[in-house]
Amino acid sequence: MANPKYICVVCNYVYDPAVGMPDDGIPAGTAFADIPDDWACPDCGVSKEDFEVMEAAA
Amino acid sequence: MNASLYHADTLIIGTGMAGITLARELRKLDSTASIHLITGDDGSVYSKPMISNAFKQNKTPQSLAQKNADQLGEELNVQVWNHSTVTAINRADKAVIVNTAEGRNVIGYAKLVLAVGASPRPYAVDGSASLPLPTINSLDDYTRWREDLKDGGRVLIIGAGLIGVEFANDLVGAGYSVDVVDPAPHPLSRLLPDELGQVMQNALADAGIRFHLRRVVAGVAKGADGNTAVLDDGKRIAFDHALTAIGLVANTDLAKTAGLAVDSGIKVDAFLRTSDPDIYALGDCAQTDAGVLPYILPLMAEARALAATLSGTPTKVQLPALPVAVKTPALPAVVCPPKPGAEGEWVIEGVGPDRRALFVGPDGQSLGFALIGAETKARQALAKEMPELLAA
Repeated sequence: MANPKYICVVCNYVYDPAVGMPDDGIPAGTAFADIPDDWACPDCGVSKEDFEVMEAAA
Repeated sequence: MNASLYHADTLIIGTGMAGITLARELRKLDSTASIHLITGDDGSVYSKPMISNAFKQNKTPQSLAQKNADQLGEELNVQVWNHSTVTAINRADKAVIVNTAEGRNVIGYAKLVLAVGASPRPYAVDGSASLPLPTINSLDDYTRWREDLKDGGRVLIIGAGLIGVEFANDLVGAGYSVDVVDPAPHPLSRLLPDELGQVMQNALADAGIRFHLRRVVAGVAKGADGNTAVLDDGKRIAFDHALTAIGLVANTDLAKTAGLAVDSGIKVDAFLRTSDPDIYALGDCAQTDAGVLPYILPLMAEARALAATLSGTPTKVQLPALPVAVKTPALPAVVCPPKPGAEGEWVIEGVGPDRRALFVGPDGQSLGFALIGAETKARQALAKEMPELLAA
């Protein structure tokens, strides 16, 4: 997959590039890698580094 | 003393969020160092914060486990000693003594990391010797507790702090009948100013939770139709299941016995080093200059700094203000409490369930905040304005 979803290892929040996070100024279509480094999980607040690629089957 | 049969460059005691996150960060920086992890439970990887809203997430105790010990070992190329208990640290020989399923082992280390967590404070009252009031602080605890839980059962929760209200909201949402007892005037009394605490209480009461505040459980008794709790004002509450959530105490026994400096946690410096330069501590068991910080964000930041230090780049832990999310779907909250003892007062804005409280110090600077309802969206912007917990 060219543009995978990422999942928060702490709270299971899923970042879907197709949806983005318009409320946080991240437009739909933004790849996870292109999110600013100081972005944090909207649900639990952990850092971008604490997200893992979501397995396709999950 | 037996010679060590095993040797670890880094030996981590504990496979909670702190131990696992450290192993993961360490492996990112060093692909060859030998890393061993020791745990008393089965070594499965799970996110502890998710336990108290498992029903909401449609999770069974089994599905909360993200990986088992074998998968963890393979993925990170680490050796996992599960069902194993460290009985002693021999600092002179730089080795730990471990009781495993196969018997006693000695594991040598170059660097030892204590990620041994904290234990829930127990609650003992008249009658609790024969009717235990269980605590939940691990997936094993939760699995056992859920196995006993009857559909639609009546749950008595002792403690209206973060964990107590999260469980209460999760259980009431899943169709259980929930009573919460706490001596404080409002739920989350140590995290929210009174006005917001009252709004939180109303929202949780509207969701069906019955609060018994400014009260304590004075005794419990088994009965033919379930159990009864008697409060200090004589009121009786019928219940089927109890859950105690009145706080955590850092696990310091192992460190203390080994002669390390211990206070309310295992004392560490800015590099998370204990009083022994080859032994480190992080997470719920560690006491930094900012105190013991039993939350997820500090331990993730600690794990990253310690991984760098252990890979040869000494790195101080730097902690920005770290907001804590309270997972109460009836009324979400985010808190960033001021340092204990800080001078100032709460300034509250907003109406209805959406409120923002800033704790403002004498010079006008914001030192902490509490947000409920829609105001929780401001968490990231506000966090950046708060003083750091641990400066670089």
